Amino acid sequence: MKIRIIVPLHPKLIIAVLALSLLPIQGSASELRQQIIAGFAQDAKLKNSGFAGFSAGRGQTLFLSKPATGKPDTPSCTTCHSINPAAKGQTRAGKEIAPMAVSKTPERFTDSKKVEKWFRRNCKSVLGRICTALEKGDFVTFMSNQ
Amino acid sequence: MLMNSKTYIAAAFVALAFGAPAQADERYAPVRDQTVIKECGACHMVFQPQMLPAKSWSKIVDGLANHFGEDASLDADTARQIKAYLVKDAADAGWWGGKFMRGLSKTSAPLRITETPYWVREHNEEVPQRAWSDPKVKSKANCLACHSRADKGNYDDD
Repeated sequence: MKIRIIVPLHPKLIIAVLALSLLPIQGSASELRQQIIAGFAQDAKLKNSGFAGFSAGRGQTLFLSKPATGKPDTPSCTTCHSINPAAKGQTRAGKEIAPMAVSKTPERFTDSKKVEKWFRRNCKSVLGRICTALEKGDFVTFMSNQ
Repeated sequence: MLMNSKTYIAAAFVALAFGAPAQADERYAPVRDQTVIKECGACHMVFQPQMLPAKSWSKIVDGLANHFGEDASLDADTARQIKAYLVKDAADAGWWGGKFMRGLSKTSAPLRITETPYWVREHNEEVPQRAWSDPKVKSKANCLACHSRADKGNYDDD
């Protein structure tokens, strides 16, 4: 049986509509992430007027460091997240953690409440203190590039 | 013919009523509260409240800032909501007392399900020591490593 298209649609038009419908989703995730980073930048500036932007390199150093100043079972970020941001992690209770890298988990760092909650908990667990806005901004900047 | 269709149906009902539950003796109502699922399930399987007494759940939720070696603190409202849910269906919530109360005194409040006499008895006799150090298991809290339907409250595959 032959299928007939009743409304003539130009293929280019279909592609354009599809592309447009996808744009806002992509745009909003990175927009939300940028807003969160901008919030950290505001706070970092308040603390230090000489603040000159976040650094992915510093974020990487923080992620890979082994401070061991927090709780004994979690000496570093990599204890649970593994040393590769693109790889899955595992909680101490054996549950899988989605990769931290934004390229692998696009919804990472798009929910401000969630971001603050996990920095609060995990910085206390790993560092024994809350993280500074500079550390949080560096960390998210690093993971956004991964 | 000895059995007509009505007899067959009746027999099927009898089998359902007595047969099925006899095998399904390690089942617990799965957790349905979305807050409990989201918050507790972020780090570990959502354990069924029937596995610890109410006193234990209270202590656990009150001590989330140091939760088995990690900071798992929550805002006060969320914590209160989760505690209420866990306490309501705790092992000692019913007048009959749940399985996990076996061998536990009324005043004891273990913090780990894996420390209750019932859990210990059920696992120690059947699970070889080496199984616990398997990297796929990682932790005694990882029920799903062996009980593939544990998150649905089904531990029949023991």
